[in-house]
Order: sequence, then C-alpha cells, then structure tokens
Amino acid sequence: MAEVLVYVDHVDGAVRKPTLELLTLARRIGEPVAVHLGANAEDAAKILGEHGAVKVLAADAPEFAEYLVAPKVDALQAAYDAVSPAAVLLPSSAEGKEIAARLALRIGSGIITDAVDVEAGDEGPVATQSVFAASYTTKSRITKGTPVITVKPNSAAPEAAPAAGTVEQLAVTVADSSKGTKIVSRTPRESTGRPDLTEAAIVVSGGRGVNGAENFPVIEALADSLGAAVGASRAAVDAGWYPHTNQVGQTGKSVSPQLYIAAGISGAIQHRAGMQTSKTIVAINKDEEAPIFELVDYGVVGDLFDVVPALTDEVKTRKG
Amino acid sequence: MSLRIVVCVKYVPDATGDRHFAEDLTVDRDDVDGLLSELDEYAVEQALQIKEAADDAEITVLTVGPEDANDALRKALSMGADKAVHVEDDDLHGTDALGTSLVLAKAIEKTGYDLVVCGMASTDGTMGVLPALLAERLNVPQVTQLSEVSVDGGKVTGRRDGDTATEQLEAALPAVVSVTDQSGEARYPSFKGIMAAKKKPVESLDLEDLEIEADEVGLEGAWTKVDGAAERPARTAGTIVKDEGEGGKQLAEFLAGQKFI
Repeated sequence: MAEVLVYVDHVDGAVRKPTLELLTLARRIGEPVAVHLGANAEDAAKILGEHGAVKVLAADAPEFAEYLVAPKVDALQAAYDAVSPAAVLLPSSAEGKEIAARLALRIGSGIITDAVDVEAGDEGPVATQSVFAASYTTKSRITKGTPVITVKPNSAAPEAAPAAGTVEQLAVTVADSSKGTKIVSRTPRESTGRPDLTEAAIVVSGGRGVNGAENFPVIEALADSLGAAVGASRAAVDAGWYPHTNQVGQTGKSVSPQLYIAAGISGAIQHRAGMQTSKTIVAINKDEEAPIFELVDYGVVGDLFDVVPALTDEVKTRKG
Repeated sequence: MSLRIVVCVKYVPDATGDRHFAEDLTVDRDDVDGLLSELDEYAVEQALQIKEAADDAEITVLTVGPEDANDALRKALSMGADKAVHVEDDDLHGTDALGTSLVLAKAIEKTGYDLVVCGMASTDGTMGVLPALLAERLNVPQVTQLSEVSVDGGKVTGRRDGDTATEQLEAALPAVVSVTDQSGEARYPSFKGIMAAKKKPVESLDLEDLEIEADEVGLEGAWTKVDGAAERPARTAGTIVKDEGEGGKQLAEFLAGQKFI
C-alpha cells in the first residue's frame, strides 16, 4: 500500500490534535508515515502510532528552531526522497502552508490548501475546499507530481487505529540557503487554560455588542462553563478589547467547531468567512435584522448581557 | 544606493459582491466588481513607511491580472508608490498559485529589487502561500506573517505572531516579506496623491517579455484541477426567539437537545 507522509505539528513532542485528524484522513489514501521534526519524537511516536502511523521519521536539528520554515522544508524533502509517498499532508497553519508550498515547488508538485476533506479518487486524492466565504464547496485534485495538501483543523474526527509507530531517524542536511531568516527570539504564548481556538469543539465569540474589554469576562464565563474557546470579531479586536490571536474571520482564524456561539456579532462577510462551516451556529444579538441570523440554527434576539449570563447559569446548573 | 522595493498586489473580486464560478470553474470576474485586495493595502502601507524611514528608496507596485487589474495599481500609486508594472497576457487566464509565483518572480527579477513586500494572503484565494513560493523561487529569505516590520542597515526585522509563540525575525536583504492586517492601518489616498498617480509610469509586460512559455501557466499549465463546484445549500431557517426573560433558558434547552450540555 502506498505511503502517505503526514507532517507532525507539535510543541516539544506534544502532538496537536490537527495532526491526529491528518492521520485519519491519510489512512483513506494509504499508510501514514509521520514526520516529526524537533525534540521528543519518542513521546510523539506513541500517540502517532495509536492513530495509525506505521512509521515515524524523526529528525532533530538546532536549525529547526533557529531559522524560519526553510530548514523544515529541507527535512520534509529528505523524508519525501526516503519514502516516495503517494501524497503529503500538512496542517493548514500559516507555517504548515508555507512548508507545503515550498516543498511542492521543489518536488514539482501541485498544492491544495485549506482542504476540509480528503478522499481517495480514481486519479489520486480528491480534496474538498470551502470557498467564497463558504458559499461554495469545490472538489479538486492535483494533476502533476505528488499531491501536497494542507488540511484545516476539525476536518475529521481522530480515530484510534493501532499501528507500529516505529521511530526511524531521518538524516537531514540543512542547506546554507535555508538559514536566511534567523529567529532572534521566541516567546511562547501564555496559556489561558482554554482550548485552542482552531481546535476547539465549541467556540464562544464576542463582537461589537460586548462593548468594551471590561465586558469580555461575560463571554469567557460562558466559554468556561461549556469548556469552549473564546473568539472575537474583527471589530472587537480592532477596538483593542481582545487579542488578535483570538480573532475569528477572514484575516484571523478560520474555525469549524461543532458549536459556534456568536454574541453581539452582526455577521459581516469578513466574520462569516471564518466561521460559516461550523456545524451548529447560535447567535445572540439585540438587532433582529443582523445578518448573522441568516446563518443560525438557533438565534436569540435580545441583550447579550441578559441572555449570556442566564445561559451560563443554566449550563452550570445542568452540568451540576 | 537606492533601496528598491517591489510590492506585489492582487486585483480581487469584491467579497461583498455575489461571487461565483464561470463555466471553466475559474472565478467569474465579469459579474463582480474588482478592487485592490484589502490585505495588500497593508503591504503598500508598510512599503511606504519603510521608504519614509530610508534615505533613498523607490517603490514599484506589481500585479499579474487582466486589464481591470490596472485599478489596483492606480490605487497603490495614489497611496504613494512610485511606479507600477502590470503583467497582462491572455494566456494567463486560470493560472494557479505556483504559476503566479513564477510570473511574479520573473517580473521581480526583471524590475530589480532589494525587498519584496506582500500581503499575508489574497482575500479571494486566501491560500497565503505566495510569499513563501516567491522566497523559494528567488532563493532569498522569507520573513513572513509580520505584524511589525522595519528595514535598517541592509537588514529586515519583524515580529511574527504564530499559533503557539511570537517570534522576532531577522534577515539580510534581499528578502521577501509579508505583512498581516495587524501591521498598521493603511492610509487613504489624498486628492494630491490621486492626481499625481495619473502621471506615474505603468509598465506593461507579457509572457514573452518574461520568457515564460504559455503552457507553463494558465488553466492548461495549472498543477491542480477543480472538478466541481457546488453552491452551498442555503441553511434551513433556524429557530429564532425573542428574549422576554427566558431567552437564556430557551437557548440552554436547545443546546441540551443537541447534546452540547
């Protein structure tokens, strides 16, 4: 069976959920071989094996942390040369897409980004994408070279599929030309204790209607009662009420959770582009004409400062 | 020596318009008004700020696109760019990201550059891969997804806000930079800027000028094929209630019914 390379997104060996989703999708088109760059490959290999990785190609080099993107492309290319895979899958993060693009160019292959589904097809993998602010879905395939596809988080549910997950060292030579962009310093993002926005099963977002940074705890309290991530609209972020890292929308994060709750968000096209593929959409807004209500499965026309705290209390009571 | 800055911009269909596909499954551009991609305005703005901080710099704004794409160039010129290059050729119709990066890279080399500035992504394709592709093709450092950027002493530095960390980056010129919408509000063209833009030179190039064969680009040369596009079915109208004191409870009831609580 053909092998499929899966690029592992991890923080010091702690594998992030989108990678497990990639392994699930990879098993539809071949045998997943994971590529782990950086420290603690053995830790990562355990969970990668549990989710179907037959092999984990591991390489650790200081250059991965010292220079931006390009050394990782060298490594993935080495893995590609070692395996001759049927496809290469990466997560659709900013870095994942950049690595994918440069790899595709080097190996003479086409690239598809932001797939929301990948299936086996007669002429190679078929990727589903959601385009034009999610108003269309397209099916595409790569016609030249080995398909390189990046996949958005929450595109598949990770499935357990025990496999060997044997760690093999991958020899990587980092080219001098890949050492052009120095990472002078790195400050890890402080953990809020909440789930990551792009990975979360439930997202609660606040917008202009939250009316000030001092009111965002109302949104956070609801999120915490549901075990959800907190998002914000561009208007709220531009006003300085919430960090840009939490922005949901075309120029922020694109999310696709099981449940999306929009509070005080009117639903401008920019925001819709980032959340329209959510499975269930709920909105709370004073303005019954707000375009967000066109998208909802359930909407409450009302003041979020009445509705959200009441909902939070009710969730807490029901959860006991 | 003058700092040569090339800003890559894209003319995109207005996202607030009713965008759809043409018969060949490319974006139907006839049906929706186009404009300079909003995310590229940030690139123009940062280029202008870099120029203002430099002793001597010149900004060339570059686009690949049909005749109308000239509008995007005019907007950038009216903001303050010095000159423009427009790559236009009928054989470019349907070119994908890899092909576009080839055309841009050749045009950038022909123009001459020390610094290439791009937006983080286009607002239509939203792939966000073009700056990395340009860096790979030009064999220069990529300093991408920057929320802050500055150029000094032959070096570009910037801040990249990633998913798990914030990084401070540094590279020697020449380099390819991309900036996010957090890099700073783009200026509006002044009346004087709009008038001045009419006199600024726009150079027109085609594939022959760039020594690119027609089959390397366009729909035929594309590395990917769209087999189908379906309009997302309209969502079935949801339940909408008015809060008369019970809105929170009713919503909780709905969420419990959907097994979210």
